[in-house]
Amino acid sequence: MFVKQLSVFLENKEGRLDKVLKTLADGGINLLSASLADTTDFGVLRLLADDPDKAKAILKDAGFPSRIDNVIAVVVPDAVGSFAKVCAMIHEAGINISYIYGLSIDGEGTPIAIKTDNNDKVVEILNGAGVKMISPEELV
Amino acid sequence: MIWNEAKECMSRDEIEALQSARLVKVVNRVYHNVEYYRKKMQEVGLEPGDIKGIEDLDKLPYTTYADLRDTYPFGLAAVPRSELVRVHASSGTTGKPKVAVYTRRDIDIWAECVARCLAMAGITRDDIIQVGYGYGLFTGGLGAHYGAEYLGALVLPMSTGNTKKLIDMMIDCDVTAIACTPSYLLHVAEDLEKAGLVDKIKLKTAICGAEPWTDEMRDQMESRLHIKAHDIYGLTEMMGPGVACDCEHHKGLHIWEDHFLPEIIDPSTLKQLPKGSDGELVITNLTKEGMPLIRYRTKDLTSIEYDKCECGRTMARIQRFKGRSDDMLIIKGVNVFPSQVEAALLTIDGTTPHYMLVVDRVGNSDTLEVQVEVAEDTFTDEVKSLETLKKTIHDKLKMAIGLNAKVTLVAPNGLEHFDGKSKHVTDKRKLYQ
Repeated sequence: MFVKQLSVFLENKEGRLDKVLKTLADGGINLLSASLADTTDFGVLRLLADDPDKAKAILKDAGFPSRIDNVIAVVVPDAVGSFAKVCAMIHEAGINISYIYGLSIDGEGTPIAIKTDNNDKVVEILNGAGVKMISPEELV
Repeated sequence: MIWNEAKECMSRDEIEALQSARLVKVVNRVYHNVEYYRKKMQEVGLEPGDIKGIEDLDKLPYTTYADLRDTYPFGLAAVPRSELVRVHASSGTTGKPKVAVYTRRDIDIWAECVARCLAMAGITRDDIIQVGYGYGLFTGGLGAHYGAEYLGALVLPMSTGNTKKLIDMMIDCDVTAIACTPSYLLHVAEDLEKAGLVDKIKLKTAICGAEPWTDEMRDQMESRLHIKAHDIYGLTEMMGPGVACDCEHHKGLHIWEDHFLPEIIDPSTLKQLPKGSDGELVITNLTKEGMPLIRYRTKDLTSIEYDKCECGRTMARIQRFKGRSDDMLIIKGVNVFPSQVEAALLTIDGTTPHYMLVVDRVGNSDTLEVQVEVAEDTFTDEVKSLETLKKTIHDKLKMAIGLNAKVTLVAPNGLEHFDGKSKHVTDKRKLYQ
């Protein structure tokens, strides 16, 4: 079970983030979550949006390169070591985590987005272990 | 001091008679010994006998970088391979470098030309000189070295890359002269100032070249290091450094007209222009044996003054360079063509040919930033792969142009495009006044 993540290439220039967000807002896109991975001269903005395909098209027209990737949105219980257990399961299966970030979605537990180099296998493992994952339907 | 007064102070009539005689000889040599030149001349219906003197110069076809590329590496050699003793090279527009080959006599003449320049700058056999140009295929190191030895000075072949050692030995060995690029000398000045060592040096003369520089840079060098600085000009295709140099009056660069025949042409109509006109400098090798070039288009824009100089020399003076008629950049003394960058980028998956070179001078050192557009279809969500792309671009550029460029990834269409043809260079240095 995956959710679609929209990532946008951002030059490290004044007003870029602002322009991306305004472009999406003007296109009627509702953002559910946002995270920015930054380096010295560029950043990758990762977004969960209510309509990622439409958002991608809008950004393309505005000259922002973006892409859509599947990420796994897990919800871990609010208890010590619960996320460590999830990571351990992934690690033990020999799968690398590319990145993670917290999601700002209301509900019980802590929602976290995970991108790995074998998402299908991770979903299978987490399903087997009864870890709760957010579906695209739940997201919107 | 005038090294070779008999040549450097000839009357205009004597210069022109000597040039005419040598031009006839060199045209005969290339016609009979270089198939490429023979064909070029035949194509325009020229025979060696049609060239009777310098007044016939404009009948001869030009030589350009394209000719060097087509004949790479030794196709323009005018003597048998066994007569050649040296190869030098500098960057070409794409791929292959521009190669020059020399006979033993060429090396000797080159040494004398450089010695004349050093003497013009006041350097004598009593001087101790550091050569701070790179030694290798680049003509700077070995060219300056042989000239300084020919003059009889004591030479420290420092090469490049170790400023601390250069400064230590400058002080320990009582070095009185230095040959290096002007930007490097300013870098040395800065390090000397930082270390509080300016009053420990005995340096009195600098002979700087391999890149264009300004009067303001000369003023800085002279006032900060308490020296006299001279400008030496040359290009690998003709010989290397020592084609021309400026004397203490700084009224232009005296070109050694007994070996190099200069003319000014209009780069758009390709017509020879009257003396004193502004245009592109074209030079013919009069004495080179290994690879004499006929009417080589230097792409440097300037004019030439022919009146006798206050220093006593009659050799014509190349005036301040006003730019180039091609898009070549000189960055840290290295010739860089935007097309080299383009060719390197095209070999990398994940970048479009849209790029921008931003050249600047920070402090006294040239900087090169290469901005590259990330392709829409190859942009990834992972920072790691974008960083890898940056590193790949950096490494490919280093291989292609020999410089460490700062690579910046930009969004597609993040660069200005003009009528389908991108502007590829922003040079903030203002080297040409």
